[in-house]
Amino acid sequence: MAQRGPVPSSPVTAGPPEVSLTIPVAPEMEIVATAQADALGEYMDMARDKIDEVKLALVEACINAFEHAHTEDNQVHITFRVGGRGGAGEWLEIEVRDRGHGFDTAGVEPPSPHKTFEERRRRGWGLHIIKSLMDEVQITSGEWGTRILMRKYR
Amino acid sequence: MNETCRVSVERRGDIAIFWTDGYINNQGGEEIAREAYAELDRGARALVMNLEKTRIVNSIGISILIEVLEKVMERKAVLAFCGLTPTIDKTFRIMGLAQYAAIYPTEGEAIQAVGAPA
Repeated sequence: MAQRGPVPSSPVTAGPPEVSLTIPVAPEMEIVATAQADALGEYMDMARDKIDEVKLALVEACINAFEHAHTEDNQVHITFRVGGRGGAGEWLEIEVRDRGHGFDTAGVEPPSPHKTFEERRRRGWGLHIIKSLMDEVQITSGEWGTRILMRKYR
Repeated sequence: MNETCRVSVERRGDIAIFWTDGYINNQGGEEIAREAYAELDRGARALVMNLEKTRIVNSIGISILIEVLEKVMERKAVLAFCGLTPTIDKTFRIMGLAQYAAIYPTEGEAIQAVGAPA
């Protein structure tokens, strides 16, 4: 799951249809990305509540990059893929990449309501929320940046 | 673009009812907090937040709502949410907000609950 290593390679064989989007690190740009998730979710007849979960996970992945990556290109790169056995429409996969400093994925302290309320450590929920809302999540990070790959089944 | 939520407030006795419309991020959360603190300063003893026109509350927005909740608890007031989408409800439960603030399906139920004598 979470690992620190070399930049992962992208698939080179013909894969599921994909849409790519690059957004600047700027306030509310994460909402631009959610419009694409919304459109693809509707295209594959995903339930509205599941689309909302995908959109929030995407928002969290984007703001995580905005806040922590310190990217040199000041951009976040997002790829949406729709696929599944025997054709499109079984799952929606979203890859969020930045070319920032990366982080030690094994060193991320899990948040908890106790820490939030009793110790007043209110931030640090982004990755936990992503993992809670999506069906599959892979997080890789290194000196090349960070990649969050997440998938939701219809 | 401007997706930040709009906040409107109405006072009914000592209950302040908030309606949000749009994305609650840091800016939306701070707007809600400003209005909430103003109502507490004006003596509100219960805040009801109707989020039925909001589909996304990010983790920064929720962290600000938690600050509001702590202020409400300091003032011995109560905070209730209603009109949550299943995703927002789930996220509030993940982050623990639901342990300290009441969540009701509808505004009417929320008002009835916070307005009932203790």
